[in-house]
Amino acid sequence: MENIEQRVKKIVAEQLGVPETDVKNESSFVNDLGADSLDTVELVMALEEEFECEIPDEEAEKITTVQQAIDYVSGNLSK
Amino acid sequence: MYARLIGTGSYLPEKILTNAELATRVETSDEWIASRTGIRERRIAAEHQMTSDLALKAVERALESAGIAREEIDLLIVATTTPDNTFPSTACLLQEKLGVHGFPAFDVQAVCAGFVYALTTANAMIKSGVAKCAVVVGAEKLSSIVDWNDRGTCVLFGDGAGAVVLKASETPGILSTQLHADGRYSGILKAEGRVNHGAVVGNPFIYMEGNAVFKFAVRALADVAEKTLAAAGLQKSDIDWLVPHQANLRIIESTAKHLGLPMEQVIVTVDKHGNTSAASIPLALDEGVKSGRIKPGQTLLLEGIGGGFAWGSVLLKF
Repeated sequence: MENIEQRVKKIVAEQLGVPETDVKNESSFVNDLGADSLDTVELVMALEEEFECEIPDEEAEKITTVQQAIDYVSGNLSK
Repeated sequence: MYARLIGTGSYLPEKILTNAELATRVETSDEWIASRTGIRERRIAAEHQMTSDLALKAVERALESAGIAREEIDLLIVATTTPDNTFPSTACLLQEKLGVHGFPAFDVQAVCAGFVYALTTANAMIKSGVAKCAVVVGAEKLSSIVDWNDRGTCVLFGDGAGAVVLKASETPGILSTQLHADGRYSGILKAEGRVNHGAVVGNPFIYMEGNAVFKFAVRALADVAEKTLAAAGLQKSDIDWLVPHQANLRIIESTAKHLGLPMEQVIVTVDKHGNTSAASIPLALDEGVKSGRIKPGQTLLLEGIGGGFAWGSVLLKF
């Protein structure tokens, strides 16, 4: 079983169409990985599906980097 | 007894408004609009053209393609968000323009899901024996409720009309339909202005929370497509053509991906028409038929979603 960090990075790479090696913890979706506003919505949806959770819009807006996504999932995942 | 689609027709106003022209009015660019929405241009109705005028041309063309005389129509349903007047209904005004009278005519308001709502209604009326030859129209003059200073919304919408003729038949036909609505989401996409004591109260223009709408639409459309297929006992792989509401290319791509359909099996008109709300599905359908891509006997999935939220889909054998 991959850990949360690996799973998040894999989803980010898939959703944004970038090589996984480009996805660093500090990478910003918009500034470093070329995402636009709809890409970030799709990314959040993909995270919700992967981790079977719901990320409220006001929380989703605060997730702008890979590390923030890892932190959110780690902090809100029951399993 | 089935309701079978025997003709399609559509009409687009002459005036083409390109992204480049919009970029001279508001802070935007062709690249920005195209990458987020897939839209390159849209049509704008003339000042004097009302929704019923656009509808009339689409219906005339649909009747011609069906080989049906207007006297045979016994049901007329117009899906629109931009009716000519508060009342009478656009359907009654259209009936008068068609010059045939007496049979039921009414409007359906389900915004961008309007056409699937109207088609579902006509299907039920034909199956129950109330009607034998129905005309269903989606027609919109959205340019009249667009705030041309709001760069977030004015780039998205266009005017137009599309129509279909449905006839009672032993051969399928519409196979299954699904309609849904969830009023808890009424606030994220709306034009709340209303006429009150002779004045307009509230914002008369389209307001949209784009990201929230996108997320809701992608999920709801994937879900409704599966339910519609299951109701007909068909699989995703049975679909020959997806004819989706044309709001945003990325929503369309997401739905196609969920259905496992390559984009070659999706009718896309959003690039040329923009979002024409209730008119977009019949416009796309007519484009698919007239271009020779959609052929008799093929299985089509039509689906739409819009303000309300209201959404639904129709699965049919063409």
